[in-house]
Amino acid sequence: MNGKGIYMDNHATTPLDPRVLEAMMPYFTETFGNAASRSHGYGWEAEKAAEAGREQIARLINAKAKEIIFTSGATESDNLAIKGVVEFYKDKGNHVITGAIEHKAVLDTCKALERKGLATVTYLPVDRYGLVDPDDVRKAITDKTLLVSIMFANNEIGTINPIGEIGKVTREKGVLFHTDATQGVGKLPLDVEAMNIDLLSMSAHKMYGPKGIGALYVRAKGPRVRLTPVIDGGGHERGFRSGTLNVPGIVGFGKACELCREGMADEGQRLLGLRERLREGLFSQLDDIFLNGHPVHRLPGNLNVSFAYVEGESLLMGLNGSTHPIALAESEPPIAVSSGSACTSATLEPSYVLKALGVGDDLAHTSIRFGLGRFNTAEEVDYVTNRVVHEVRRLRELSPLYEMAKEGIDLKSVAWQRD
Amino acid sequence: MAYSDKVIDHYSNPRNVGSFPKGEENVGTGVVGAPECGDVMKLQLKISDDGVVQDARFKTFGCGSAIASSSYVTELVKGKTVDEVLQIKNTHIVQELSLPPVKIHCSVLAEDGIKAAIADWKKKRTPTSPKPEAAEAS
Repeated sequence: MNGKGIYMDNHATTPLDPRVLEAMMPYFTETFGNAASRSHGYGWEAEKAAEAGREQIARLINAKAKEIIFTSGATESDNLAIKGVVEFYKDKGNHVITGAIEHKAVLDTCKALERKGLATVTYLPVDRYGLVDPDDVRKAITDKTLLVSIMFANNEIGTINPIGEIGKVTREKGVLFHTDATQGVGKLPLDVEAMNIDLLSMSAHKMYGPKGIGALYVRAKGPRVRLTPVIDGGGHERGFRSGTLNVPGIVGFGKACELCREGMADEGQRLLGLRERLREGLFSQLDDIFLNGHPVHRLPGNLNVSFAYVEGESLLMGLNGSTHPIALAESEPPIAVSSGSACTSATLEPSYVLKALGVGDDLAHTSIRFGLGRFNTAEEVDYVTNRVVHEVRRLRELSPLYEMAKEGIDLKSVAWQRD
Repeated sequence: MAYSDKVIDHYSNPRNVGSFPKGEENVGTGVVGAPECGDVMKLQLKISDDGVVQDARFKTFGCGSAIASSSYVTELVKGKTVDEVLQIKNTHIVQELSLPPVKIHCSVLAEDGIKAAIADWKKKRTPTSPKPEAAEAS
């Protein structure tokens, strides 16, 4: 815990691990060469560092180094995977299958392809926990299907999809399988061979690496996956993605992958322990709160809870230091979490993820996402629990809905005057 | 988002929170908004026979700006006549609390809440009409 506050929004981004920073430092000023320079030692050293990073990243997902294509992040990786397949294989088909609660980087890429008339897209529903049914994938595949894109773990609710099962279906049916693994990679074991994954998006800054660097795994054999590039240029990355390599970023990304791989089992257990401590602390002290997402198949660091009768942004305001005089920052540090409430989104719509799970808009407005990470402690969890309980109770005293519910009025039966 | 000092003040120390005892005379209750929209405001005004607002109470489900808007209007209406209260415009609340454009609907809700409370009070005073017991408002 420190005076700047408690960061519990690790699905948005993670802090850079100091060991990662240390590994990166020489590649800004000393070993600054262009990895594509073949005519001198500066280039050779940069290339060597980039290739070492590529090895570390590949090892985390049981891929070969040459199957790792560097990008600026997972959004670009998703664009390259989906647009690249649709364009390259346009003579074979035009159908893409994805899920209703994918990240916008996947959904908006699919919508852009639909708008341009380049693809037809099936958006598979999810169950009340956010899971895609592999049978639904099987049923949706047609002779025009090129690609199935289903995320590994969801960024809001942490639900982990049965990726291995889906991979079996796509391999059997002979269609390509892409997974946006941004939230799950480095936290849970992933094996592109065992799970029959053909394309996999990842991002360094979700795993204690730097921002601005990501990768797309592109299967080289069985089948060899081809893509039309989104970014043209000097033909870097075997022509898949032109542009000078971000060598310090790659070095940091590689180190981040190595740290995640080495610590995965222990860190997963530790985070699960903290997450359950938080969940039990909240659920034992507050009534009318609801878990969003799967009780078991979820990221160890994810907790998403709806606090009925308390609007999410008002709860964030009570936690995030907006209302704090600076003097309080030491004894009562602000807390960084996020909400699925409309008031916190750019669109003024509540979370489409919660909606797809069948969570009503009323409860979606009251949802808070806690994202625990490597640097959170049990002490922080206890502090956050107490603060959240305190703020929820305070705001419920202000809430006409809480008052009505306690009087036994069924809120669903009320004729609300909508504005 | 950066909140204005007045929004923070009303959110942190809301004025006139609560409900008047059930069955209290001369109270008009307005409940506006909907849970699915993320805003519900309950505003109660206690109005004397000669049409002056003597006291006010609120409870609000909504963002910090919605809570602040309703808290602010409970202070604003006290001592005003019904006619004066009906003249209050949402733009006044926007200005007073320095609400950003994305929060203007909070001020609209507060204005609607006032109008609904006065309408309820007027309805209750009409002797011929049956005693209104709006389930959500009592």
